[in-house]
Amino acid sequence: MTRAIDIQGIRKAFGANAVLEQVDLSLEAGEVLALLGPNGAGKTTLVKILATLLRPSSGGGRVAGFDLLKEPERIRRQVGILGHGSYVYEDLTAQENLRFWATMAGLPADAGALRKALAAVDLEMVAGERARTFSSGMKRRLALARILLGAPRLLLLDEPYAGLDQQGKKWLEEVLLDFRGKGGAVLMATHSFGRGLSIADRVAILAGGRIVLNRPRASLDLEELHRLYALATDDDA
Amino acid sequence: MMFARRAWIVLWKDLLTERRSKESLNALFFFAVLLLFLFEFALGPDRERLTAALPGLLWLGFILAGLLGLGRTFLVERENDCWEGLLLTPGDKGAIYLGKLAVNFLLMAAVAIVLLGLFGIFYNVDLWASLAPLSIVIFLGTVGLASVGTLFGAMTSQVRARELLFPLLLLPVQVPVLLGTVKATEAVLQGLALAEVAHWLKLLAAADLVYLVVGILTFEFVLEA
Repeated sequence: MTRAIDIQGIRKAFGANAVLEQVDLSLEAGEVLALLGPNGAGKTTLVKILATLLRPSSGGGRVAGFDLLKEPERIRRQVGILGHGSYVYEDLTAQENLRFWATMAGLPADAGALRKALAAVDLEMVAGERARTFSSGMKRRLALARILLGAPRLLLLDEPYAGLDQQGKKWLEEVLLDFRGKGGAVLMATHSFGRGLSIADRVAILAGGRIVLNRPRASLDLEELHRLYALATDDDA
Repeated sequence: MMFARRAWIVLWKDLLTERRSKESLNALFFFAVLLLFLFEFALGPDRERLTAALPGLLWLGFILAGLLGLGRTFLVERENDCWEGLLLTPGDKGAIYLGKLAVNFLLMAAVAIVLLGLFGIFYNVDLWASLAPLSIVIFLGTVGLASVGTLFGAMTSQVRARELLFPLLLLPVQVPVLLGTVKATEAVLQGLALAEVAHWLKLLAAADLVYLVVGILTFEFVLEA
């Protein structure tokens, strides 16, 4: 089966400031990778490169089976990204937001399909309400509905638990487990040792722009992970 | 077909947002009225002088209102990083440009209708007789203004000094449109037939076509930059 992510030697510099250095990373279909790292480690930059929002300064590889540098358009059809922004238009209702993004992606945008997508994220009751009235957690749910509507093969999540309450976090885990169960791959970038670790199959630590650890989750107990993380990030500091 | 659907949904989304927020329309209408007052104060009550300056004033009003409205086109996309979402949508990005252009054209056309009506009332000019040829000139001029304005609005929306940069980029490129529209409007208001200013209309149509094609072809690069 094609790897969801298979990148080698990724480097990204903004002027003289190198944010990523020689990043190699792979992720199989049906796996969840928790990418840990302190603020400023380069997690968001890496997520944006994988989503084809940024072009690496050097290096390359394949995402969702397509060449990162030569086939960004094809990658975009296979990847769903939940970044810091929710891509929600505040003056549109939840259903109108979904209708807009579904049409832009060339997906069916009939009322039935949209209602089903909203029901999957527990927003069916507020389908006709403007996003301006939503909490940040509800906007994250709406963003996830937009992503799942496109049936992606790979989810790129940047701090996915931010803005979610306990119930929302539990719900997100269930959604991700279901996605993984259907063969989808998830890369979850986070700076906290929160809930994400419980569903991760692999754990990677990004510090100082480099992957300093990449191991199966089962091979690490939480205490050891904390110790390795502290070591890696202390070196970084 | 998909291209048209995407362009339409961008138009639908922006018109719906504008109908609910009324941010651009309200500001543009007040701005247009203020301009008319300013022109009246600057030129005084001399009707002959006003009539001679009318085509220039009319287009100055359109252009200034355009600077205000067109520069805001992509600001809505900055909210919640929607710009990124547009960038990630697969398919020809020219559809986004066309949708945005259509929104801008409709907004500018609405401003033009209001401005024309107010000009007629304020300066006691009978525009009714020359309404049909004037509409053709305004249509061509508005397409030219909106097509370049949409492209430059996208270019400058992500930069810090956008309010300064937008007019600096837009105005020089608008010279052929301004020249053509002012000359054609002058002739139409003097009661001349459109055939007598056909060369200006051809210039306008050619400029519109060039701006439109350049906009569609380059928008993807502007969005990715």
